[in-house]
Amino acid sequence: MKKQGVGARLVRKEDDRYMRGRGEFVGDIRRSGMKDAAFVRSPVAHARVVSINIPDDIRESVVTVADMAAVKPITAVTSLPGFKPSSQSVLAEGKVRHVGEMIALCIAPTRAEAEDLVAQVEVQFEELSPVHDMLQARENGSPLVHEEWGDNIFLETLVDYDMAEAEREAAVKVTREFSTARQCMSPIEGRGAIAEWDHRLEQLTVHSSTQMPHIVRSGLSECLGLDHGQIRVVAPDVGGGFGYKGILLPEEVCLAWAAMHFGHPVRWLEDRRENLTASANCREHHYVITAYADKEGKLLGLDAEATVDSGAYSSYPFAACLEAAQVASILPGVYDFPHYRCHTFSASTNKPPILPYRGVARTGVCFAMELMIDAVARELDLEPTDVRLKNLVRPEQMPFDNITQKHFDSGDYPEALRRAIDAIDLNAQRKRQKKGEPDGRLIGVGFAMYCEQAAHGTSVYAGWGIPMVPGHEQANARLTPDGGLELRIGAHSHGQGLETTLSQVGYEVLGIPHDKIKVVHGDTAYTPYSTGTWGSRCMVMSGGAVAEACDQLADRARSIAAKMLQCKREDVTLKDGRAHGPSGELTIEQIARVWYRRPQDLPDDVDPAGLEVTAGYKPERDTGTFSYAAHATVAAVDTSTGEVELLDYVIVEDGGVLVNPMIVDGQIYGGAAQGIGTALYEEMIFDSEAQPLASTLSDYLLPGPTEVPAFRVFHMETPSPYTRFGVKGIGEGGAIAPPAAITNAINDALRGVGAELTMSPVTPRRIVEAVAAARKGAAA
Amino acid sequence: MKPVAFDYARPRSIAEALETLDAQPGAKILAGGQTLGPMLNLRLVQPDMLIDITRIPELTAVQETGDGVAIGACVTHASIEDGAVTGTANGYLDRVASGIAYRAVRTRGTIGGSLSHADPAADWLAALLALAAELEIAGGSGMRRAALDDFVKGAMETALGTAELVVAIRIAKRGPKARYGYHKICRKTGEFAEAIGAVATDHEAGYFRLVAAGGSHAPVVFTDPRELFKEADPTDARGFDVDMAANALADAGMAADDYDLSLRAIVMQRAIQEAAGQ
Repeated sequence: MKKQGVGARLVRKEDDRYMRGRGEFVGDIRRSGMKDAAFVRSPVAHARVVSINIPDDIRESVVTVADMAAVKPITAVTSLPGFKPSSQSVLAEGKVRHVGEMIALCIAPTRAEAEDLVAQVEVQFEELSPVHDMLQARENGSPLVHEEWGDNIFLETLVDYDMAEAEREAAVKVTREFSTARQCMSPIEGRGAIAEWDHRLEQLTVHSSTQMPHIVRSGLSECLGLDHGQIRVVAPDVGGGFGYKGILLPEEVCLAWAAMHFGHPVRWLEDRRENLTASANCREHHYVITAYADKEGKLLGLDAEATVDSGAYSSYPFAACLEAAQVASILPGVYDFPHYRCHTFSASTNKPPILPYRGVARTGVCFAMELMIDAVARELDLEPTDVRLKNLVRPEQMPFDNITQKHFDSGDYPEALRRAIDAIDLNAQRKRQKKGEPDGRLIGVGFAMYCEQAAHGTSVYAGWGIPMVPGHEQANARLTPDGGLELRIGAHSHGQGLETTLSQVGYEVLGIPHDKIKVVHGDTAYTPYSTGTWGSRCMVMSGGAVAEACDQLADRARSIAAKMLQCKREDVTLKDGRAHGPSGELTIEQIARVWYRRPQDLPDDVDPAGLEVTAGYKPERDTGTFSYAAHATVAAVDTSTGEVELLDYVIVEDGGVLVNPMIVDGQIYGGAAQGIGTALYEEMIFDSEAQPLASTLSDYLLPGPTEVPAFRVFHMETPSPYTRFGVKGIGEGGAIAPPAAITNAINDALRGVGAELTMSPVTPRRIVEAVAAARKGAAA
Repeated sequence: MKPVAFDYARPRSIAEALETLDAQPGAKILAGGQTLGPMLNLRLVQPDMLIDITRIPELTAVQETGDGVAIGACVTHASIEDGAVTGTANGYLDRVASGIAYRAVRTRGTIGGSLSHADPAADWLAALLALAAELEIAGGSGMRRAALDDFVKGAMETALGTAELVVAIRIAKRGPKARYGYHKICRKTGEFAEAIGAVATDHEAGYFRLVAAGGSHAPVVFTDPRELFKEADPTDARGFDVDMAANALADAGMAADDYDLSLRAIVMQRAIQEAAGQ
């Protein structure tokens, strides 16, 4: 039989329906009597709402906060000391704090007619000075997003591991300022939801394009004052998440209220303009970092101040300080050095509330740290890869507790870098650089590395105290009467390929062919509670839970088989889908048929537990797996136009044992394409009035197929010592390193010119202006 | 992002189209919808009626005339890409067409629709200014002709009357030594151009036109670009003075910053290189 278990390169089962257009997304769902919703959204970033005037003839179809008095605002607090909570009314109450904030809900038979209603609602504002910039937000005297705070800081943190010592010892000291632009996550399918009330069941059903149906259910329960049992949340097919759909939406709360109030189903589908203008909500970091090193490039310490633009509100469940608080603990990355200080600020501004985007804080952190390594190398006139090799955590140190007490589980970081150096052929590139290009462009080589904590659990999240703390992940496994297997998980698969990889796990444990395994996910009515799909956790957590449930199911099947074979349970082994006993063997199908359909063939003392199991799972340590990678790229830069071409791109990746290497390749390609967006294209500029300046995808540039090079991916497979099968979380990694690797390559190309870029995206204009400034500086 | 309610008419003749347009001052012409569609959805335009002219036979015809070619206003970019226009410009039009946005856009977008919108970042405007194209325009008082240079009044501004319709684009035949070049810089494939350089030369006939466009600035046409060359030989792109060209663009009233000016000067040079086969 073809290999189907852990390690098999199986084509994704779910692709059959996606490729044939048979997926079902929220926008495909129709309900009898369903109406469409459109929202009146704030055109200004910061204002008091003086009045909302609704013409009498449409009053019945328009909802404002005054109509929803019983609905509680969304609050997402953390237990971190000093955190200031925000209260986000699902429709604006008193004040609006960012462009696109919802003020009223309009209901009509079609979306176009709902938009006609929106146009008739007049809102009077008393405009307030907005805060459009996170550094400005930190200043005394800045306008206040939440007046009651007295400042604009959700959270300030400081860690100091004897930094003063590094300052005394260092031979060199290099300071840089880095920043990454605000981005808008851009799944192909935007958000969307349909809410309906079932009078018979007295139950609210919400179909939503979400990554975390159970968390949305908990959030709806809190805001609407309904029991969990009165709410069912279903995530049907979801066209990409990336963190954008890891949230309880104010829209979902409004729709749920409206469905109950009006008595008919209500649908809202986010359009691209809403996506861009109301929800550009990620990646915006600022750093000032000083690195201390000896003359050989060995790092002695890092002194950093980091600010994250966290926007106007704290979103549920991840809260406003997730990124900044993580920056402090993950900035040291893959390196081992003795001294460290990090001061972080989660700044509130009049911009959409921050959400964690694929890679979460790591993309910004990797950009800052890896550009810093190259800056140190330039200062000391060393090869940047040599500086990295001097400072990387070594394999013999694994498992390794780093300076911020992160517990790196396994891996060989220097080997990943050496393989990347070989694959990109650094020596050949250096020779080519010396020779020069016939077309006059400049060539540069850039490297970047990261490690990615994934599937971290209770011990980590309890410390942050956000509304969602993952515990034991559960899965339900059930043999069907014809010997098939149904697996139920509370997480959701939307591109991760879990319908395939969890089937592979089922096959690995029970030997049931993967095409007889059905994975059910994303419906709170059918699946065990789960915090959902985020943090590259599903293969570790849902995979581990499925394996555990299948183990227990195997024991149950052995018990029944022992009765049928008239032997002891201990004498039955289950292998390749068959129970083998001393006197004969049975297929799983035979065992299932007897249990369900011919119980008269079993003795009375058979174990009554049956062939259905819900089991829970946590890794032996829940501090997370650490996958890692070395990215290397060669860029050609035209200094006259600023055009950049990526001539080669190499990724050496270690995600532990890979359940399906083909799916991992796909995850890496997709992530790296998004990383190229961060590096070269994507930027939501807000003007000084905090107005977003892009409202279509011709202004907000996403890389397309021709902007993405053919990545060359190489796998290492160092098992995690703590997880089932040795797997590690790997889904986000591709998006982390490209901005750093590409910018390092561009800076390497521009080294002779004396220009250095420190802000992403590195646009053609920024390159030309940096070159012009460097030449002017050289001439002066 | 859904349009306001509007009526829809699909006239079968130019006369019927003009009548409908005259009767409906709030109407908009739909020639391909690749710009109008998004503008409708964004409610940037809120017409009472759309007049779809794509089924009028004369507007989708390409005719070779004695001295050139007349391209119907509703000929799509895709059909030009696929070679519908022969007898002029050595495949220059095919190549320009093939670089417009994506094939899906080219399948519906039309040459007359693009010119009527006069977006300086769109391809046909710059490409056809270099060819000194003429427009045939139908209106209540009959047909008139206008040089494209005069038709374009600025960025997104034309001399098209509210009750007028572009019917065809006329391009004159040039001699066997005529050469063409077109270069644009886009932030990404398929996006509107940041900078476009277009050039057409027939030095034997004393014809030399150079165009800078792209972005949001109205295009600039040089009808005697020899002054932008350091050396006298205008067939050699190496003699093209990029700095001088950038200054000339500023002098011509292009209110762009240094980066945008120099980008346009560079694409003009690259277009000349292409025309010269360098």
